[in-house]
Amino acid sequence: MSVHVILLDELERDALTELVNIGVSRAAANLRKMVGEQVLLSVPSVEVVTREGAAILLRERESGELVAVRQDFEGVFSGRALLIFPKSNSMALVHAVTGGALSAEDAADMENEALAETGNVVLNSCLATMANMLQQPLTMSLPEVICGNGSTFFNMSPTTADDGGVVLFLYINFAINDRDIRGYIAMLMDLPSLQALKALIADFIERVVGDVV
Amino acid sequence: MGTTVLIVDDSKLARIVLGKTIAALQPDWTRVEAGNADEAITLLDAHSVDVAILDYNMPGRDGLALAEELRARYPAMPIAVATANVQDEIIARARAANATFIPKPVTEEGMRGFLSGAALRLKSNTQ
Repeated sequence: MSVHVILLDELERDALTELVNIGVSRAAANLRKMVGEQVLLSVPSVEVVTREGAAILLRERESGELVAVRQDFEGVFSGRALLIFPKSNSMALVHAVTGGALSAEDAADMENEALAETGNVVLNSCLATMANMLQQPLTMSLPEVICGNGSTFFNMSPTTADDGGVVLFLYINFAINDRDIRGYIAMLMDLPSLQALKALIADFIERVVGDVV
Repeated sequence: MGTTVLIVDDSKLARIVLGKTIAALQPDWTRVEAGNADEAITLLDAHSVDVAILDYNMPGRDGLALAEELRARYPAMPIAVATANVQDEIIARARAANATFIPKPVTEEGMRGFLSGAALRLKSNTQ
């Protein structure tokens, strides 16, 4: 099985990238209110890969420990969204979100809460933008913070153990006040969910483009 | 002479949506497109462009950097930057470059003010 799964055509992938970019731009504007400093967030590309493929992509880029915020979503398409950071970046993020006002000890205590809140803002903005623009409601679970690596993150199926599921893998550029924080967003879905998403994206393109193409 | 509007966005879909919105509001305008800042500059060297609408989030130079560059070259050109990222710093930079904000997702409602203002400015410039 190859790493890449070709299920979306070029315009569909373009539309999905545009949707998540609008989502994370809103997330950046919301995070700006939390951290009081300029936040840059963008998604240069979206890839649809197998679960193993996603674990490989992550392993190729990140050798250290990782931390993730996960939220399950349910609707016409369902799955699990993850915002993933290198563990070494997570304290920088906590400092930014808490405004550097805390002692090192307090900041460590706050780490999970700050990560969960950041993940909540970023993932909710993405999913809510997708839901609104695709005109289908999604419900989202509360955020949970987990540590691990690509294999642990992508093996945890929200539905069944092996559903041939795929991962929408998004690279995100994330910077708070010139501090670079590398990160990734992954959306795990089973094949029926991805098919449902593909159909919604096709409807969306039809709606916004009409008879132009 | 007709009005030419330059659309710069890395997303083909976003360019289609922008183009369609402009066509609905200013059907007589000619539309030219570029997928990034470098392409836009190349295009500007070959075409005469009256109005520019730039996406903020683009690989390479972003829309604000391009707006600043265009402003230096064309002091009177109506320029808009489209983004969903409405942070104070970004708005301030756009204002400093004398560029208008257009909220993403782009709608006729969100574009109307900028396009009619641009049309008026171009008319008064040629008079």
